[in-house]
Amino acid sequence: MRLSYPTNIRIIRVPCSGKVDIIHILRAFEKGADGVCVVGCIEGDCHFKTGNFRARKRVEQARKLLESVGVGGERVKMYNLSSGEGPLFARYATEIVDIVKALGPNPIKRFKKNAA
Amino acid sequence: MIVAEKKPIEEIIEQVEDCEKLLILGCNECVTVCEAGGKKEVGVLASALRMYFLNQGKEVRIDEVTLERQCDHEYLEEIREVADQYDAIVSLACGVGVQFVAEKYHSQRVYPGVNTCFLGATEQRGLWTERCQACGTCILAYTAGICPISRCAKRLLNGPCGGSSNGKCEINPELDCAWQLIIDRLKALGRLEDYEKLLEIKDWSTDRAGGPRKVIREDVQI
Ligand code: SF4
Ligand code: SF4
Repeated sequence: MRLSYPTNIRIIRVPCSGKVDIIHILRAFEKGADGVCVVGCIEGDCHFKTGNFRARKRVEQARKLLESVGVGGERVKMYNLSSGEGPLFARYATEIVDIVKALGPNPIKRFKKNAA
Repeated sequence: MIVAEKKPIEEIIEQVEDCEKLLILGCNECVTVCEAGGKKEVGVLASALRMYFLNQGKEVRIDEVTLERQCDHEYLEEIREVADQYDAIVSLACGVGVQFVAEKYHSQRVYPGVNTCFLGATEQRGLWTERCQACGTCILAYTAGICPISRCAKRLLNGPCGGSSNGKCEINPELDCAWQLIIDRLKALGRLEDYEKLLEIKDWSTDRAGGPRKVIREDVQI
């Protein structure tokens, strides 16, 4: 399966989406990321039972906080898929890139020196 | 422990909007356990504030420190050398910590980052409930270990009232009637006869009614 997905996405591997904390999402934006998507396993299929539910809640918290500070909550999104769903991953990756492109760059980069 | 809740970030921003150097000060005790003001919450608030200010075109220096406790001189002294470098300190400790910081760093602006709620227990992750109102004269010995001061809406000493139904309190169908709990536990202890003993009028002078309180222990003073 040779699928292509947008090259402007940087993948950060974690052992489980439950490892992703709100601070990781915030730091990404602080460093200049334009968007973040957390990709977890299908709900109900978490190897650690509740990891992806935790991730969903944290994504929700990050959305609210980013909205409050004017960066924009829509820049964060959670997706669920299984490891066998390569084509779906490629689709989601394209989707988040499109969403973020429509929103424009992370607004804090306008003022940040040496922005990424 | 003391249970607190994070303040909305908008409220904090309102207080520190004009600052250029800020210290976010966490506490390692109760507020860490109730996930309102520990190291993690300090990190999240600091990061969010940094982005807020950058978005306003302002580069504000926001430092993060979390002390073992904020209600003890010894730990609060740890920021002595740096405290005056900041325009303001946002303390994520309970109200006691915030006040102690303000007292100790008298000419420094200090703001609370949490709402201090009550003395309670962690029933489960994300659920804290009130258990004690620090009345100063504990009567748990007579109430089967269940506190009617904090858990009965009317603070009844000889309950229940007529509003108790199916074990729930009349003010809220979700809330257990404290006196039902007391009776149930007396039964389980085989001491239901204790329920017949009337509790005398409580000495409320040790409660807040007697004004701000003090505990003096000469035996441990140096
Ligand atoms: S009786 Fe007073 S000290 Fe004892 S648990 Fe209740 S409020 Fe606290
Ligand atoms: S129903 Fe029970 S808990 Fe509620 S006010 Fe009456 S005695 Fe107190």
